[in-house]
Amino acid sequence: MWWGLVRRLLIFLVSTAVASVVVFVLLTLVGDPARTALGTNATPEALAEMRHRMGLDRPVTTQFASWIGGMVHGDFGTSYVTHLPIGPQIGARLAVTMWLVAGGMAVALVVAIPMGTIAALKHRTWAGWLLSSLSQVGIAVPAFLAGILMVALVSVELGWLPSGGFVVPAEDPGGFLARMILPWLSLGLVQGAVLARYVRSAVLDEVGQDYLRTARAKGLTRWRATWRHGLRNAAIPVLTVIGVQLVTILIGAVVVERVFVIPGIGSYLVDSVARQDRLAVQGIVVTIVAISLAVSFVVDVAYTVIDPRLRRR
Amino acid sequence: MTLLVAGCSAGSGLTGSSSATSGAAQTGTEIAQSSTDAGTGGAASSTVGASSTQPSGPMPSDGTLKLGLVLAPASMDFTTTDGAAIPQVLLGNVYETLVTQAQDGTIQPGLAEKWTVSDDGRTYDFTIRSGVTFSDGTPFSAADAAFSIDYVKTKWTVGVAKAMDAVVSATAVSPTELKVVLGEPNNLWLFKMTTRIGAMMSAQHVDSLATEAIGTGPFVVSDWQQDQSVTLTRNDSYWGAPALEKTIVFTYFSDPTAMNNALLTGDIQVITTVQTPQALSQFEDTSKYTIIDGTTNGKVMMTMNDARPPLNDVRVRQAINYALDKDAIVKAAWAGYGTPIGSHEVPTDPWYVDLADRYPHDVAKAKQLLADAGQTNLTLRLALPPVPYAAAAAPVIVSQLAQAGITVQTSDVTFDNWLGKIFAPPYDFDLTIINHVEQYDVTTVFSGKPDYYTQYTNPEVTKLETEGLAADHDTFIADFRKVVTILADDAAAAWLWAFPNLMVADATVHGLPENAIGESLNVAGLYTD
Repeated sequence: MWWGLVRRLLIFLVSTAVASVVVFVLLTLVGDPARTALGTNATPEALAEMRHRMGLDRPVTTQFASWIGGMVHGDFGTSYVTHLPIGPQIGARLAVTMWLVAGGMAVALVVAIPMGTIAALKHRTWAGWLLSSLSQVGIAVPAFLAGILMVALVSVELGWLPSGGFVVPAEDPGGFLARMILPWLSLGLVQGAVLARYVRSAVLDEVGQDYLRTARAKGLTRWRATWRHGLRNAAIPVLTVIGVQLVTILIGAVVVERVFVIPGIGSYLVDSVARQDRLAVQGIVVTIVAISLAVSFVVDVAYTVIDPRLRRR
Repeated sequence: MTLLVAGCSAGSGLTGSSSATSGAAQTGTEIAQSSTDAGTGGAASSTVGASSTQPSGPMPSDGTLKLGLVLAPASMDFTTTDGAAIPQVLLGNVYETLVTQAQDGTIQPGLAEKWTVSDDGRTYDFTIRSGVTFSDGTPFSAADAAFSIDYVKTKWTVGVAKAMDAVVSATAVSPTELKVVLGEPNNLWLFKMTTRIGAMMSAQHVDSLATEAIGTGPFVVSDWQQDQSVTLTRNDSYWGAPALEKTIVFTYFSDPTAMNNALLTGDIQVITTVQTPQALSQFEDTSKYTIIDGTTNGKVMMTMNDARPPLNDVRVRQAINYALDKDAIVKAAWAGYGTPIGSHEVPTDPWYVDLADRYPHDVAKAKQLLADAGQTNLTLRLALPPVPYAAAAAPVIVSQLAQAGITVQTSDVTFDNWLGKIFAPPYDFDLTIINHVEQYDVTTVFSGKPDYYTQYTNPEVTKLETEGLAADHDTFIADFRKVVTILADDAAAAWLWAFPNLMVADATVHGLPENAIGESLNVAGLYTD
């Protein structure tokens, strides 16, 4: 088991390192940050001076080494465009996105687990059919469209909730909740619909299994048997999907943040791309990649916690 | 309110290169500023008294107003970061200038109470207002003004700073007397001092400009959340009339629908830039909303590469102009808001000549000119930068040119590519659509020398511009009227419409400037019922 963990950890570290090289190389190939910083009427001399000040006249390998070396120490550098340190911005924006992702995932789970389980156990009845159809509709609707429609209805027409923005929960918990409900729903309902399909098929796979019949024979009701034994087994494939979905929600948050004017990491990425802030883009992309890889690492570890059989391998 | 980001708020070639042609000496007598000076106060020497004060009606309140804007400032430092977003929030509100521009374009006293210009038009003597302090409490004097001007010349890295090369020396004669000497007389230098390069800064704070803005203005920056908002709070030790609202929040939206929704749900009170005029219908209820339709200095144009065959043939360029129906374009692309124009000018320019009908819509004439030029089977490329007006205008232009037998292939380009390959050498384009937002930029965009992406070459234009800048006021205006007329005759571009200043405000909000003059959005006069 420990070797397995170390192996997973190594895979995580190597993938992150490879990703940072790819990000650096791709972004070094495009654009000229010096020209961007100086505007349109820069003279060649001023451009050369700015390139020197930014360290762009150094060999690419040196540039990469100093960038990666700084990041290992938590220093993402200072933006050429905004002249502000990038690390603290990434941290602050990530905190906002984490609220969004956590709430969206919670909504997805609350929707998907009961919906998928009922759809599986009642799959030959009208209720099961209805739930399957509903989740099919949910899959077909992109999160940003759900967001736009909910704002049009709930905020603009009915005036029940604000149309967007973000307030720090510690300062104004009520305002925070009021502004997060619609983004959580638009992320969570759509992801919940996708997840419900997986929950349904995972539970369906398990309900016919021998161990469940054994459990019933021991005197458990059908629901209790499913709850105690079936769901635990069904959880393994579902957990994989949840891991993938966490990453999807993180990326999907980029669009939802735009619709709801939420200053998360996605908005920061889009704004940084728009102002050609290469160093910031590099830092953000590497952060997102690292988080995605960390999520799959955690999911791998979680398997072994849920399923004792995996620990013996 | 720049839709075009840094691109065309580019610096100016107005100054620094004017040749020694000061034939007409300027008047050195002190005359009161007349409103006919329209924006060119540098030409006439002037001594103007008392500062403008707020109208006696509304009283300062402790309220908060939230404004919605599009482009968030990347930094608080416009000395090293280009673009219109930073001066829009800071200039006039936090940093002040020696002279300012009124809504009618005339030059008014700011931190300078009055000024005189020497007979040769090279020496400006400013009388600095006394009793002015920076928001950190230190007094503002002529020495700070001299420092600020020198700082533009030596430390600013953005292109617009070139306009300050005109200055040979700036000296504080006494705490209230500033003497500025120009290398050559220049009719637009004083106007340039109303823009961001004229911002008066404190030597003690220039090292932290990126995060901290210390000026003499009616507001201080009390909070800045990058990409989200800038909060201005009334400066209680301001020398002039106090700001009417205590707090103004500039809130930034990257999505136009989100901004519209924020006004509809009361999160903001003003949309300062309407991105989608077609969506204005949801604000038609005049009991709830006010729609403001004023002017800007923006000239939306289809730039032609005047040096590249076959566009180097004036008949081809004229044919394109005849083939376009500008009224139909404005209607389809910008819901009819905006005035069609026929040269590189807007109706508020002091040298404006109405040339919108220079090339009336005439397909037959366009075909005839193309036949004369031997271009009956013409295909041109139209590059579209990622700006909403270009995307909106392109389909109409393509179909109108098709009727005259011109095939247009459109392609979308990123802003980076636009700046790198179209706006800069190798100028790889036939046609492109852009809004040139800078005021009085005709000498930059059409200098008559092939040093700009328009590639327009005409020595007569260069001569008229150079002489006009150094001449007396009447000659200056007359020369520039000739310049815009020649540009129209040569069909140097296909100008489309003067970009409107479209804003929507909650009906309780008053005091919004009707016209977007200069680079700032002054909010000291804003108030609510």
